[in-house]
Amino acid sequence: MSTATPVRTSSMAQALNSALRDALREDPTVHVLGEDVGALGGVFRITDGLTAEFGPDRCLDTPLAEAGILGTAIGMAMYGLRPVVEMQFDAFAYPALEQLFSHVAKMRNRTAGRLPLPITVRIPYGGGIGGVEHHSDASEAYYASTPGLHVVTPGTVADAYGLLRASIASDDPVVFLEPKRLYWGKAEFDPAAPVEPIGRAVLRRTGTSAVLITYGPSLPVCLEAAEAAKAEGWDLAVLDLRTLVPFDDETVCRVVRSLGRAVVVHEASGFGGTGAEIAARVTERCFHHLAAPVLRVTGFDIPYPPPMLEHHHLPGVDRILDAVARLQWEDRG
Amino acid sequence: MTVLDHRHHTGLPGWLPGATAPRTDPAPLLPDVSPVRVLGTPGLEKYDPALLRELYRRLVVGRRYNQQATTLTKQGRLAVYPASTGQEACQVAAALVLGERDWLFPSYRDTLAVVSRGVDPLEALTLLRGNAHTGYDPLASRTAPLCTPLGTQAPHAVGLAHAARLRGEPVVALAMLGDGGTSEGDFHEALNFAAVLRAPVVFLVQNNGYAISVPLSAQSAAPSLAHKAVGYGMPGRLVDGNDAPALHGVLTEAVERARGGDGPTLVEALTYRIDAHTNADDATRYRTEPEVAAWREHDPILLMERSLRELDVLDDRLVQEAADEAEALAARMRAEFHADPELDPMALFAHVYAEPTPQLREQAAQLSAELAAEAEVQH
Repeated sequence: MSTATPVRTSSMAQALNSALRDALREDPTVHVLGEDVGALGGVFRITDGLTAEFGPDRCLDTPLAEAGILGTAIGMAMYGLRPVVEMQFDAFAYPALEQLFSHVAKMRNRTAGRLPLPITVRIPYGGGIGGVEHHSDASEAYYASTPGLHVVTPGTVADAYGLLRASIASDDPVVFLEPKRLYWGKAEFDPAAPVEPIGRAVLRRTGTSAVLITYGPSLPVCLEAAEAAKAEGWDLAVLDLRTLVPFDDETVCRVVRSLGRAVVVHEASGFGGTGAEIAARVTERCFHHLAAPVLRVTGFDIPYPPPMLEHHHLPGVDRILDAVARLQWEDRG
Repeated sequence: MTVLDHRHHTGLPGWLPGATAPRTDPAPLLPDVSPVRVLGTPGLEKYDPALLRELYRRLVVGRRYNQQATTLTKQGRLAVYPASTGQEACQVAAALVLGERDWLFPSYRDTLAVVSRGVDPLEALTLLRGNAHTGYDPLASRTAPLCTPLGTQAPHAVGLAHAARLRGEPVVALAMLGDGGTSEGDFHEALNFAAVLRAPVVFLVQNNGYAISVPLSAQSAAPSLAHKAVGYGMPGRLVDGNDAPALHGVLTEAVERARGGDGPTLVEALTYRIDAHTNADDATRYRTEPEVAAWREHDPILLMERSLRELDVLDDRLVQEAADEAEALAARMRAEFHADPELDPMALFAHVYAEPTPQLREQAAQLSAELAAEAEVQH
């Protein structure tokens, strides 16, 4: 990361672009491929300028076929390259699921470690940007429940850079979920400053009443809710998971044990979602430290709504505070 | 300097508003309507006798391998065996046309090609024995794992060949598919990517007439699978899949074309699966005995032996030598597969990730405790 420039104000989209650019510069085996990643720079401009700087061999506009893109990346990785694949939108990644589940996730295992696949699959995911149908799915549970994949999702600008660099450098395949509604939010960050590694959760806000456990697109909502909760007399901590796989049981349990109350927040549907897994893990491990059941605030169990109705679906501050209110405070003491 | 040159790409190549001239003529890409045949034709005389003997020897050994693996399955020594009996010419030719640095991308029915490429049967058959997924080292043998989800290995072949080309290394990838696999989306995507990238790939479709039970006419309305090539902008070739020298010639040409930078080729080989899909299948439910009998007459080994004897490149001694080698392989397979494989349950956790996650460490500890408890009960 030595080639990066010092502290700057940057959007998450720009930070991701910098991460790709620096990875391409530093490692000749890194190759970017996807739909419209060349002259256009990707529909979100995450690959802006990469083909101009590195040429089509390194940043390749592919035919429009996601299984073909990921399947081709698998073959490239088998030959020693380190492909970074862009799926244009969350729901457009589904044609590639067979390649992802049957090959990317399993190749190391089914070859007894002889054929690892260091592939990063970048997927802009989630709603809140006014997208029409098939452009707003929160699909993390599919990936997180597939053994062999790492699942990473940044919630801050610094993590977007640092975690993408770490994902590309990882010898395991990483599904890198980019919260598209955070693409344009700006923050100061120093590319040279290391971030916590893949697999570690980070406490974004300390608190004494309860903890909101969240990740990616819901992180700013949770921080906002924690701020609003002060008026209700709650001092909420906010824990950013950053990585769904590997899951940081240690940090999650340490925080939950110290506070005794937890709400898991994500915008994906609740049934069979990551929140269910987290609530179960926390209950299994921290039962005697809990003052209330672990609650979930999630999207409804519905296909993603049309843009004019999506705000009813996405967990917002009020729904989060309602859940906090249900943490059996009356039984305190 | 880049390998890929996108500067020549335009929205409608070769076509301008109002133009009447044809776009690029696809005719040169079309295969002959009749399959290429060499056995029983004067063309056979152009072949090196040493190559013909080598093909014959491999066919005979390959047939015995298929028989022995089938027997081992009936004896419970393999979990399942999808035999390539009747398709040995495709299997052997695919292995033989590749150089040491080239890559083979087999499907689950192609273990004979893997063995013919030099992988030990004990390693090639672990998937079907059930003791491990992939028993051989793909990097050392330049052979991808046997692929079960049909057609999904085809884009891997494209990616690997593309990567080699980007590195300036003259490596060719050969993907083996069946007629059923051509219905899969991955087949289509792989051919499209290969042609667009000019990747050095050869796609060999062994058209054996059936996808388990479904005949080709119910699988595809295309009058020819080889002609599909033109839809992607690559040449198609149609060949008699039971004619080993013809296959060797057609595939060699495709491999050389790929290696020379001229891109991919689709080869359709017409053959027949003499055995059922696997030991678990009942082929009498969907095909007739006269049909099978006709194909037994068009057997790749029979055809080969007849033609080679006529040409005087094969005699009783060579036939006996091949039979002896085949029996030796079968005997070795019996000895090796009748011994129980060593199994290590703890290896289940060894290669899920480069480093086990904390959760996998916990689960490994659990299994370890269960194994210790079992051992205690047994003592």
